Amino acid sequence: MPGRSRRRRALSSEAVLQVRNLRVYYGTPGAPVRAVDGVTLDIGESEVVGLVGESGCGKSTLGRGILGLLPLGARADGEVLYGGRNLVMLPPKELRRLAGPDLGLVFQEPMTRLNPLLRISDHFRETLKQHEANLSDAEVKRRSLETLGRMGIPPTRFNQYPHEFSGGMRQRIMIALALVLRPKLLVADEPTTSLDVIVEGQILALLADLKRNFGTALLLITHNLGIVAEACDRMAVMYAGKIVEEGPVREVFAEPAHPYTRELLRSTISLETTELHSIPGSPPNLIDPPPGCRFHPRCPDAMRVCSLLEPIEQRLGEGRRVQCWLHGPQARIPADGELPLEREAIGVADEA
Amino acid sequence: MTYVPPARAPRTPHGRARLIALGRATKPIREASGVARAMFWSGVAITVFFILLALLAPVISPYNFNQYKADGHRFAQLAPPSAAHVFGTTVQSVDVLSRVIYGTQTELEVVAIALAMSLTVGVPLGLISGYFGGILDRFLVLIMDAIFAFPYLLIAIVIAFVLATSSIGGGILTAAFAITAAYVPLYFRVVRNHVISVREEPYVDAARALGARPRTVIRKYVFFNVVQNVPPIATLNAADAILLLASLGFLGYGIQPSQGAEWGYDVSRAVSDAASGIWWTGLFPGLAIVLLVTGLTLVGEGLNETMNPVLRRRRFGRFEFEPVAGPVEEAEGAE
Amino acid sequence: MTGTSLRTYLLTRLALVVPMVWILLTLVFLLLRVAPGNPIEAALGGHVPPSVVKPIEHRLGFDKPLLTQYGDYLWNIVRGNFGTTITDNRPLSQIIKQNGAATLELTFFAMLIAIVVGVLIGLVAGRYRDTPVDIGGRLFGIVVYATPPFFLGLMAQLVFGVWLGWLPTSDQASPLTQALLQTHTNIYFVDAIWDGNWGALWDIVKHLILPAMTLGLITAGVFLRLTRINVIRTLRDDYIEAARARGIVERRVVFVHAFKNALVPVITVVGLNLAILLGGAVLTEETFNWPGIGHELVLYLQNRDYTAVQGIMIVFALVVVGVSVIVDFINAFVDPRIRY
Repeated sequence: MPGRSRRRRALSSEAVLQVRNLRVYYGTPGAPVRAVDGVTLDIGESEVVGLVGESGCGKSTLGRGILGLLPLGARADGEVLYGGRNLVMLPPKELRRLAGPDLGLVFQEPMTRLNPLLRISDHFRETLKQHEANLSDAEVKRRSLETLGRMGIPPTRFNQYPHEFSGGMRQRIMIALALVLRPKLLVADEPTTSLDVIVEGQILALLADLKRNFGTALLLITHNLGIVAEACDRMAVMYAGKIVEEGPVREVFAEPAHPYTRELLRSTISLETTELHSIPGSPPNLIDPPPGCRFHPRCPDAMRVCSLLEPIEQRLGEGRRVQCWLHGPQARIPADGELPLEREAIGVADEA
Repeated sequence: MTYVPPARAPRTPHGRARLIALGRATKPIREASGVARAMFWSGVAITVFFILLALLAPVISPYNFNQYKADGHRFAQLAPPSAAHVFGTTVQSVDVLSRVIYGTQTELEVVAIALAMSLTVGVPLGLISGYFGGILDRFLVLIMDAIFAFPYLLIAIVIAFVLATSSIGGGILTAAFAITAAYVPLYFRVVRNHVISVREEPYVDAARALGARPRTVIRKYVFFNVVQNVPPIATLNAADAILLLASLGFLGYGIQPSQGAEWGYDVSRAVSDAASGIWWTGLFPGLAIVLLVTGLTLVGEGLNETMNPVLRRRRFGRFEFEPVAGPVEEAEGAE
Repeated sequence: MTGTSLRTYLLTRLALVVPMVWILLTLVFLLLRVAPGNPIEAALGGHVPPSVVKPIEHRLGFDKPLLTQYGDYLWNIVRGNFGTTITDNRPLSQIIKQNGAATLELTFFAMLIAIVVGVLIGLVAGRYRDTPVDIGGRLFGIVVYATPPFFLGLMAQLVFGVWLGWLPTSDQASPLTQALLQTHTNIYFVDAIWDGNWGALWDIVKHLILPAMTLGLITAGVFLRLTRINVIRTLRDDYIEAARARGIVERRVVFVHAFKNALVPVITVVGLNLAILLGGAVLTEETFNWPGIGHELVLYLQNRDYTAVQGIMIVFALVVVGVSVIVDFINAFVDPRIRY
């Protein structure tokens, strides 16, 4: 017990953001969609944390849920602690005030994220004046140009309109817009997914340097493990609304603890790939997820207990945790629980 | 584990498959937000009411549309609403209520004919022009755009004017043709634009690559996709067409008075009554126009709100977060 | 760079005017020549001896081959000669000057009312979607559009003219005012201000109120609906969400980002709906005995005066095309993306 509280205290003195048991559900005419179903995550100062998972696992919702940018009909429960306050409980106006100078968000699709009728300079002026009303126009321009310069956008293009820029440049402008306010945490939701590989590399280099140049922590949400390997310090693997594994990137890549992580890594294509590997089946229905461990229908190592009880989170070392019955706790597994799970082969229909 | 081939899915009986498809097609209406549904159904109610009026006119209406006497007695002239004549009488001693009811027949009949003709001409033209492109397309677009920019009323007036002196003469067909001429460019345009956007879709491309003939491609893939857009436009168009017919009638280019009653014509007759403060000859036909057009517009807007993905709004359910179960918290370092 | 692209766009757009105008003019020409029967005879009331008809036919060029007539027709239009009426020998240019001014006065104020009422309510309705404000606004727009101008006008005349006696129910101005007013632009409203004749101005305004409100309110319905839809669409756009993520307050998001962007297509719509306004103007002029071009058109139609009808149609065609060009210009100016 004493070790735990010591670890807890150490974490909270560094963490910029602490997510505790966050749930985000979307309302439907029937039962709600449990997009994020009990997530706990810490992001430390100037840390780059990668959040990986398949499409539909809830990682985007998690990113938006942190900033309170949820669509109509979605509600959040739990704690998102920032600066001693729980963002989930904050009234929208308060949250809006934090968006920008404290918490930034960079979206996936840069082509449509800028107002086509406003010049880039207008976007920057609006953003800066919104949060720092006393800035002079000259100061606004100076800071904007400086941040844009770090992103590789020349000052001659400051007065142009969004449609005059390519996708990659627009994404850099978006990142600059987010960083010009010097936020403590930047959430980047699939920032390079819609960009080509070369531009992707450039943007990643920028993001990886954030802590050096701006001292900003980064939550990088992506489905691409390669990006995580390249840019992140720590990573969290998400499946069906829950974080199934978390740890330093090197360790997780070298020795994945959760079968899903292992399968994900094996599915990644590299120059050494000789044969395509995929995880059979498809992500589960989040309205009515499978009982027990949500991955059990697709897990090659599933045991009987996996279909009955939800796994309990285990710490595997410093900053490393996993939710999987393979790692115990032994004491909680019922008799016969460790026998392999028998189930029908996953038919083609299930994959549809 | 030995691989067990998946069992074949049981075949759905034909009838049930149809029901399922119908259910899927009407899903947007059932799932729509309250306002869209309310609009849609109240519009349907009003429209159905008028359709019934038109169908049952001979039964419901107290008198005929140009009947000015009964049992040998001539009706009172310009009589205010009373028990005998609920909506009053006109200067020709005709019962206003009867004219309103029979007018429903005229309005719906002419508009139905006109819309059918517009669709028959406009939709195929749009399909062909949009799918095949080329010089024909350019030519048609130029002409249609030019006409489309013109006020509907003026197009209709000129056509009615030209036809009136021809062998067709004035009357239902003339009015119908006039309205058709005004709306063909609209359907042409809408269909053509949609065909062009659908034409580039991957599934159409795939069909072409597989060697499907243009006729097949249009019929199976393009047509059904495009036709889905038509109902909201057609209902809003019907509303507009009623207004157009009434306007033609007001100006004297509608049907012949001997052929039937027409609301716009009645209002034009009522203008001279207004100076003497006689209100019932104009108010009731006018209100009928407003009510029917409103009903049709409500249907169209309701459809638009449910089907147009930009405007669609699903109902969200309300839900509560259940408290998190206990045992999970006991684990070391857990939540 | 933006300067030249705007200029290129304007020039290209102007060039496109020519084919459209040409097509419309040809359609008008064909339509009226295609009508069976002898137009001159019909205009003169039928059963007229050839000795009367032939000279008029010759004067108007109806005895020449069709292609020559077409050529003369186009050439005349280019020179600004839209013809002379058959029945009362009035040159079209005069009709345009006098009656055209009256129609301009009416449609201008009607458009003003339509925009102010329609766009304002549309903005609010779109912003507060599905609230009572929105539902009320939409119903208002729908019902008002369902009301034909002649019905609304008739009721207005009854209520305000006959029963309450507040406002006049016909004509552009009282005979006295018309007699005393100096003619500068032919637009009564402008002329009265020009002379500083406030008594006349008041009379003119009183005559304007009912017709302009009638036509304006009905058109407002259209603008309401379109503005509302545009606001809803714009509020769903990605840059709105991005602005919120940067902490921009909701009021600014709505006004600067949503409303301004939503209004851009509305400009086009306003221009395109000139067609509706013109159609409504014809009906309104009939109802209120307003001496505009629409009123003249109806009269000449009744008298079967083909040249008059043709001439007025040409005017309408040119106005429609002209306005669409102006609208495109304004649009290009406002939206930097639309430049070839």
